[in-house]
Parts: sequence; structure tokens; C-alpha cells
Amino acid sequence: MASLDLDYTLDSVEPMEPFDRGRRRKIRWGRGIILAAAALYFIIPFYAAMQFSLEDIQGHFSLQPLTELFSQPGFLSATWLSTQLAVVTMVLTMLLMVPTVIYVHLRMPRFRPAMEAITTLPIIIPPIVLIVGVLEASPLWLKSSPYLLALVYVVLAMPFVYRSLDAGLGALDVKTLVEASRSLGSNWFSTIVRVLVPNLRSALLSASVLTLALVFGEFTMASLDNWTTIPVWIAFAPTVNPRINTLVAMIFLLVTVVVLMLLVSFDRSQSRRTRSN
Amino acid sequence: MLNNVDVTAATTAAQSAPPSGGAPVELENLTRRFAATTALDGFTLRIEPAEFVALLGPSGCGKTTALRVLAGFERPDRGRVMVDGVDVSGIPAQHRDMGMVFQSYSLFPNMTARDNVAFGLRLRRQKGPQRRSRAHELLELVGLAEHVSKYPHQLSGGQQQRVALARALAIEPRVLLLDEPLSALDAKVRAELRDQIRELQQRLSITTVFVTHDQEEALSMADRVCVMSRGKSEQIATPSELYSKPATPFVAEFVGVSSRVNVERTGDRVHLFGRDVKIRGEDFRLDLAVMDALLRPEDVDVAVASDGLGVVVHRSFLGATTRLEIGIGGESVKADVMSSAAGEFELGTRVSLSVNAPDVLVTEQRPVR
Repeated sequence: MASLDLDYTLDSVEPMEPFDRGRRRKIRWGRGIILAAAALYFIIPFYAAMQFSLEDIQGHFSLQPLTELFSQPGFLSATWLSTQLAVVTMVLTMLLMVPTVIYVHLRMPRFRPAMEAITTLPIIIPPIVLIVGVLEASPLWLKSSPYLLALVYVVLAMPFVYRSLDAGLGALDVKTLVEASRSLGSNWFSTIVRVLVPNLRSALLSASVLTLALVFGEFTMASLDNWTTIPVWIAFAPTVNPRINTLVAMIFLLVTVVVLMLLVSFDRSQSRRTRSN
Repeated sequence: MLNNVDVTAATTAAQSAPPSGGAPVELENLTRRFAATTALDGFTLRIEPAEFVALLGPSGCGKTTALRVLAGFERPDRGRVMVDGVDVSGIPAQHRDMGMVFQSYSLFPNMTARDNVAFGLRLRRQKGPQRRSRAHELLELVGLAEHVSKYPHQLSGGQQQRVALARALAIEPRVLLLDEPLSALDAKVRAELRDQIRELQQRLSITTVFVTHDQEEALSMADRVCVMSRGKSEQIATPSELYSKPATPFVAEFVGVSSRVNVERTGDRVHLFGRDVKIRGEDFRLDLAVMDALLRPEDVDVAVASDGLGVVVHRSFLGATTRLEIGIGGESVKADVMSSAAGEFELGTRVSLSVNAPDVLVTEQRPVR
């Protein structure tokens, strides 16, 4: 266990001079301003959209658009399709990426920079190029299935999931944990499921939220593949009230934020539970 | 940190623990290369049942590779590993029934101490109550009965290594492998855990291979020590034999402290500090007129002499003895004197030297840099 270098710590703590105090206060103010500016950058559009959605013509707050929402044609089916795609994408991505990233960490650590470059490709290649290529190459039975989108979303999610898992594994002594597990009689599957995955909880949760947000927000590929997911419905819904479309976008944004917060609090409660034990 | 209560509990539990027995191990002519580096070069070692053997050597000598080949984490390019008379070279690590304790704390962070120890038993499909009871028994054996529900981050380094030891013993391994398990611990805990490992090994009569670069650990714990250099075994002997009768100059210099003194040879003798001393072993057959003698500090006698050729240039207090470093003719010789008599050897004191050993080990001259 790393020991604290007390000599260094004590030596480095010197009485604070007035100049340092003033500088620290300036830095604190600077941080506050940056934080406030960043918060406003996100909050103002969100507030504007909510105001647009929930205010009537007279400028009064009204929940009328919310009650109208569920009766809109195609809304529930679009929600169900997006949810299905999100779940399938998350499962496929984890099944593909967890063993791959572990393998690269254990057996091909030199390949990590190449992996980083490869997993950046889905960000660099425009989605329209990707989906046109995929549609051209896919067999008819797959083209007619919405799960083709899930397969493409796995590729789109790769940059986020890879980085999240890579950081999670980087915080573990994977080689020793795997060898300890194997020396006790565990096979690879058991080692991944019982030893590595439980210790990658935070990384897996953040990867899942990123994948969820990506699937709920992806428009180009879904529209070109002719599937009405939530973003496609928002853009093309035959609604007479544009406020509803904006409201749906805000609701899905909120759902993603709530899921994120739930996962973070779950992760924290798990950590607290292990600490309190 | 291990305290007296823990040690007593551990001893009591160890006395009640059933002996697990040990298997003979043979490493036959092992060769393992990594790109241009040869980690093992025809390495051979036979370990008797229930024997504690330490692999000792400098970094890069191949000791960890030898252990990893034995554990099944590396495949040899040539040679084979025999356990209990059976060739296990092709058997994967998880089927070798070998318990291993690693240098870095290898406990599973998501499991309590008890779950860590029970992990191997769970894989062997032992039932819950039986598993928990055995895990508790083993944690008691290593003096951690009160820490069964703690997670690794709540345990000190020494405690973590003891849990790792209990976990390795839980599966009743045929061979126990220890890969520098003490090197990350502070000196006091290291000394305590060293004694505890040795005691457990003897009580359980388990064949044990211990890798270390710390000669003090190897000499104090092992029945036999295998000194390795460049992927080969230099000497396999008991600690006392290794120290008093090193087979090669490398062993003489690596184990203990030695001084090199340039000498002239006449037949089977060398001229050293004004007298002829017999050359040890067969080394007088070296076809050299000038060579280096290797002297242990305790083999050299020192006396204050105003006309002496040596001068005390450095002194280190070691407790009962004080080590003097004496400059003589451009060379440096180390000699131990009783601390009670060390007062007369101030820095700059002129001294005369003599050899009190019946013979000396010689080697080729160190190349001039």
C-alpha cells in the first residue's frame, strides 16, 4: 500500500502569505464564473424549450401538451422501438466490448493506441456514409428488421464504451486479478463474470448511460433506414401542435438525466455499503 | 498489522489444521524466450515433497518466469514441468491445483475477506455453510478471524497478504507458489509474516516455491535456495552451505557480502596479505597467474598497526558488529569487528590485514572499466 510521504507533505505546507490568499480568492471566483457560464449555456436552451412547450398562447403555464402527448399517433410505438433498440444495443455492446477490452489489456497492451484510433472511426465517419454503406451491404432480411439499427448503434457506441471500459480496467491490476482467479481454478468466463465485471461497475454504468443517450438521440441513421424512433417521430410527427414535439425531446432528455442520476446513486450506495461493512 | 493475539490465534488454528501434504516437483531443462531475451535457459530444479525452496537472484534472472511456468501462466519453449510424477506442461493454470500468492495485493476488491478465501471452494462446488466454515477456519489460521467481513481496502497490506495466503491454502493445493509476497510490506510486518508463512508451511507440510530477490528472506525461510543468474541455476544448496561454500563467484558475490582482492597465484595457493592461502575447490585449475580472491567480512582479521598497509576509510555500525572498509593498494576490503572493540578503528587508522579462513574462493579478475 502506498505510504504517505509525510516529510514532503509537511515541508510543502507553508504559512500562507497575503499574496497567496488573494490569489486563491481570485481562482475561486474564476472557477465560479466558468461554472456559472457553463451552467447557463445548458440551462437557458432547456428552459426556453420547456417554456415554449408548457406555456399557452396567453403566456400561462399549462400541462395540456403533456396530456395530449400520449394520444399522439405513433408516439408510443416510437418510444417502444427506441427503448428496444437501446436495450439491445447496450447488451450487444457490452457482450462485444467487455471481453475485447479485457483481452487487449491482458494480451495485447501494445495494441491499445491502435484500438483507440480504431474506436474513434465511428465519430470521424459521418453517420450518413455509414448507414448508406450498411444498407447497401446488408441482406434483405436484416434490412427489413429494426435490429439492423441496433447493430449500427453498437458501432456508434464503441468510442464511448471503449474509453469508459479502458479507464475502468486501467484502474485495476487486471493481470494479477485474472491470474489469481485462474490459479484458484476459475475459467475465463467465470473470471470475467465473477471477478472483473463486478469491479468494472462504474465503468459499465457510465458506458450504459452513454449508449442509452446515443440511441435516444440518433436521427440520421434511423430516418434513412425508415424506422420511426423517437428522434424521427419528433422531426416528422403529424402533430398539429409543435409544442408537443419539443416537449417529447425535453422528456427524453430528462429521462436520460434521471437514469444517469439513478445509476450514479446506485453505484454510490453500493460503494457506501462495501465501505460501511 | 500482525499482533501477538493474531499470532497466538494463528498458531492455535494451525495446530488444529489437517496437514495437506505436498507433491514433488521437477522442472526439467526449461527454456523460455521473450523476443531476443532468454528468460530461462535450460533451467532444471527438483523439489522434494513438503520442501520449501526459494528462487533467489537479481532482477531479470528468470526466477519469476520459472514460477510462472510452474503455475501454468507461461508455456516453456522447451523442457517440461512434472508434479507428482505427472507432466503438467500442457495443463492450463486453473487445472493445476496450485495456490499462488502474488507480489501485489491480488485480493478481489468486490469481495470480503471471507468471500475471497471461499472463492476457490465455490468453484469446487462446496456447499455454502461448509464453504463459509472452511473460509473462517483458514482466516483464523492466518490470525484474521475478526476481519472476515472486511473488504480488501479496509485491510492493511500485511492483512491483505495473509488473506491471500489463506485463499491460496483454501483449495488445498499440491504446491504453494509465493511470488515475492513480502516485498510490498514494511520491514516489521515483513519479518512477522515471514515467520508465519514458514510456520504454516511446516505445519501443513506443503511443497512451496518462493521467489525473492531478498537474500535475507531466502536464507531465513527456505530449506534450500536456488540462486539463479541469466536463466540458469548457479547453485542449489541449503542456506548455510550457500553462504559458507558458494559454488561460483556469482553466488559468493550475490549472497552475503564479499570483497574482491587482486592476488597472484602459485600452484593451488594465492598470495594474500603477506601469506599463502589455499584456493577453495577446483578453481586453482583456472589457467591464470593473476586473479581475484573473494573474501567475506568475517574471514578478514584487522589489527591496528602503525606500519600497516591498510587505512580505515569507512565504518558502519551493524549492532553486535561494526563493518570496516579498509583501503589497501587501491582496493577496498570489508572486515567485521566486534562493536565493543571498534573504538580503536577510527577513520584514517592504519591497520594490518590477515585472512582467518582456511581457503579462499577465487575468480577471474574484474575487467578494468
